[in-house]
This record gives sequence, structure tokens and C-alpha cells, in this order.
Amino acid sequence: MRALVTAVYLFLYAPIALVVLLSFNSGRNASDFVGLSTQWYGKALSNTFLMDALRTSLIVGLTSAALAAVFGTMAAMGMERLGARSRAVFDGLFAAAIVVPGVVIGIATLVALVELLSIVNPALAAFWPFEPAPKLGLGYGSIIAAHGLFTMALVTMIVKARLASLGRDIVEASNDLYATPLTTFREIVLPQISPSILAGFLLAFTFSFDDFIVAFFVAGSKTTLPMYVFASIRRGVTPEINAIATMVLGASLVLIIIARVLMREKKPRH
Amino acid sequence: MALTAASKKRLVTAALVGPAAAWLFVFLVLPFVAILVFAFGRRAPEGGYQPAFTLEQFANLGARSAAFVNTLVLAPAGTAACLLVAYPVAYYLAVKSNPKYRLLLVSLVVVPFWTSMLVRTYAWMYLLGARGIPHLLEFVGLTDVRLLNTAGAVLLGIVYGYLPLMILPIYVSLEKLDRRLLEASADLGARPVATFFGITLPLSLPGVMTGVALVMILLLGEYLIPQLLGGGKVFFIGNALVDLFLQSRNWPFGSAIAVTLVAVVVVILLVAMRVAWRVAGTRQVDLL
Repeated sequence: MRALVTAVYLFLYAPIALVVLLSFNSGRNASDFVGLSTQWYGKALSNTFLMDALRTSLIVGLTSAALAAVFGTMAAMGMERLGARSRAVFDGLFAAAIVVPGVVIGIATLVALVELLSIVNPALAAFWPFEPAPKLGLGYGSIIAAHGLFTMALVTMIVKARLASLGRDIVEASNDLYATPLTTFREIVLPQISPSILAGFLLAFTFSFDDFIVAFFVAGSKTTLPMYVFASIRRGVTPEINAIATMVLGASLVLIIIARVLMREKKPRH
Repeated sequence: MALTAASKKRLVTAALVGPAAAWLFVFLVLPFVAILVFAFGRRAPEGGYQPAFTLEQFANLGARSAAFVNTLVLAPAGTAACLLVAYPVAYYLAVKSNPKYRLLLVSLVVVPFWTSMLVRTYAWMYLLGARGIPHLLEFVGLTDVRLLNTAGAVLLGIVYGYLPLMILPIYVSLEKLDRRLLEASADLGARPVATFFGITLPLSLPGVMTGVALVMILLLGEYLIPQLLGGGKVFFIGNALVDLFLQSRNWPFGSAIAVTLVAVVVVILLVAMRVAWRVAGTRQVDLL
């Protein structure tokens, strides 16, 4: 059994290791390893299309993760005060936001947004006091909004789990000592849930940053980093893609490790 | 007019959940209503949607039957393959591994799942491509082996991509297992195999169900793995959807397929939940 488990770990990590190794290849051809070099990293970093895509992904990821952290935390706190039935509805919707395939979320959002814009844009044109009236379209806003759906669900889930394990008695003690609800939140609740909020933010960012399929539908003329990588892969494998892939992997790895450390629950000592 | 304490409390709650509720409504509920409406419409001549109330889109589902057949064969097959590999690993991690390293080993399994699926699938394009494993096989005399763009490649990609998602819930349910039950079984003279099939396996079924449901649901909408490793030959419903919405611009037909896909997902979810409830009381699993 040990051998099988070892083989599985090799299976999980060998392909990743190979991509990382080949990204340092000094040869022109992606497959023949000649020697070590960082030239492909230089090439990747000076590629303006790539850098544009990276910037788009960073803007989208940071914005949607920030929105998710604020509104997701609020939702997690509010849900504790809801009745059983409305809480179940929320739970179901959040679960759907995570579990429904990205393809479906992507097309549904595209269809709804296009329909919505076909109503909003003529209305804007009719009532806007200045010329020319703004025309809303797909782009940053639509990707951020669509990503906001699953990032918010993610943050809510994480913060809710933390709130559930939080002692009620300490909150009640605070209230008994005549602290206002706001003071109780600031002094008692927030310090205890802030690691979870930060972890939620980081995971939300990683999710958004890695998402290909939802953005593929709602990005309009914008290109995110995964969209760029996808298009390049289809044009053919180059060492530059290996360098990009390695950087993407490295970044998400670091964020995930930080998030998981933050999420580790402090076990009470007996 | 002063607010009563109760209505004030209600106002605060509404303010807290309001933004998220609005988000869920505009970007989840509304889009689903939209594709439901679209699915009963017609394709406009220049592409897009023309209002109608007809079932012809659903009647036409057979036109994309290849995608449905591929998905409904390869998704369950991939799920089964994942389960077959995942169970022994989860068992080893939860029962046999040194507790000192357990958390590290589990993390090492989970971490790949949280990193880019695109990059990880791309790694296999590389390995299965002409200059990867087939190139090595030539040295042992096997020529003209084609691995990429086959159903096998798609299955491999599925197992690679979703293995962590299968291992984790099974591990969680095995880890919660009361060791005293195993000892009691041994004390009563049961052999390890009998203990495994009589106690360990049944008690881990909720985890198995969760893993199977999760992997299956995500696979039904999979796009990247068939696209990159199936090379447009082994395509799933997800690939058909991208084609219909972004290339053919046949939105009503695409919507009908999406609605059907969601219906299948919901049915699987309900069945899995029912089975899980029957097997044990647990409904929750920690996905992180």
C-alpha cells in the first residue's frame, strides 16, 4: 500500500515538476532539454500581451476577492441571525454557486447580461443628459461580477464555519458588560474571525485568478491570464508558456499555503 | 418614530445579508431564469435569441447526442477510476500513516487541486504528446503510439485533475472512524478483511458518496480536459456549449442543453444526498 501511495504522489507531482524544469530550458525547442537558463522568464515578462492579461487578471482577482471578503463576511454574520428556512435558502444558493459547473455559470451570466444590457443601454441613451450617453458592455465589470458570485460563496462558507466554532458565551459576556454591538464586534468577534476573512480573500483571489471558463464567456474584449495561456497552448507549446505556467503555479501555491495556515483552527489546550 | 428593538434587529440582519442576496439574485437566479426562457425560444437569423414558446430546442437535443454520450460515459468512468485510486490512498493516510506526518501528507494531496487546472492539464498535453511518452516508447521499439487526443488521455486527465477532490472527503470520513470499533471487531475474532468490509467500508460510505457526487457534478460540465487532451475529438457537453454560444451563436439550443445539464446535475445531487442520508447522518464535508 505504501508503494501505491508513493506512486500516487509521484503521479501528482511529476508532471508539475516537469513543466517547472522545462521552463528553465535554455534550448529553443520546448521538449529537448539543453541546459539551464532563465531566458524564457525574461521573454515572458517582456511580452506586452501577456503583461496586459496579467494586469487584467490582477484587477479582476483583487476586486472580486475584496468584494467577496466584505459582503461574504457580512452575509456569514447575517445568516446567523436568520430563521432556519431563509438560512437554508442561502445555504443552497451559495452551494449552487460553487458546485454548478463553470460552463453553465458562464453562459447563464452571459445570456442574462446581454439581455440586461439591451434594456439598460437604450434607457441610458434616452435619459442621459449629456452626449454621448455611456454604453455599458462586457469587460472588467462583468468578469468581476461573475467571479464575485463564487468568491463570495467561498468567503461566506469559510467565515461561517469560523463563526460557528466561536464561543457564544464570550459575546454574551461582552453584551452583559454593556458593550455596544459594534464594540463587541470590533473587540471580540473581528479579531477572532479576521484570519478566516483573510484566508477567504486569498482563496477567492486564487479562484478568480485561475478561472478560465467563466471569464471566457463574459470577458467581452478583455483577456485574462488563463485565457491568454489557453490561447497560447492551442497555438503550440513553447518554452515561454512553461515559464508562465511555472509563475502561475508558484503564485497560487504560495497563496494557498498562506490561506491554509491562516485557516488552521487553534485547538483548545486541555 | 423610534424603531422597536425587534424591527431594528431585522433591519441590521437585512443590511448584512442584503448585498450577498442581491448578488446571488442578479448573477445566479436571474441568469438561470434567463437560460430557462431562452431554451424555449428560437435562434434569431443573425444568431442570438428570438422570443418564442416552443419545445423544438429540447426535441433537437439528439443533434448533439455525441457530446451527451461522451459525457455520460466518460464522466462516470472517470469518477470510478478516481474512486479506485483514491480509496487506498485515503485509507493509508487516515489509518496507516504516521500521525506526525499525517497533516503534511494530506496537504500535499490537496494542494495540487487548488493550483491551476489549466496548467496541470497542459502538463499532460506535453507528456502525452509526440515528444513525450510516445517518444520514449520508441526506444523500446514501440513506434507510432498515439496517446494524446484519445478517450484514454481524457480519462487520465480526469483522474489527475480530480483525484484530490475524491481523496479528501473519503479521508475525512475514515479519519473520524472510531478506532475502538476496529479493536472490538478484532477482539471478537474478525479477520482484518472482515473488519474492513464489515466496519471500515460501510462507515466511510458518506465520504465516498460526497467524493463521487462532487467529482461527477464537476465532470459533467468539464471543458478544459476534453478540449486539451481530447483534441476536439473527445468532447463533452461543456465543449458543445462553448461551441454553441461562442461560435454557432445558437443561444436557444445551447440554453436547452445547459438546462438539461443542470437537470441531470440536480438529479444526481438529490440521489447522492438521499443515499448519503440513508447510509449515515453526515451531510457536511469540509472541502478545504
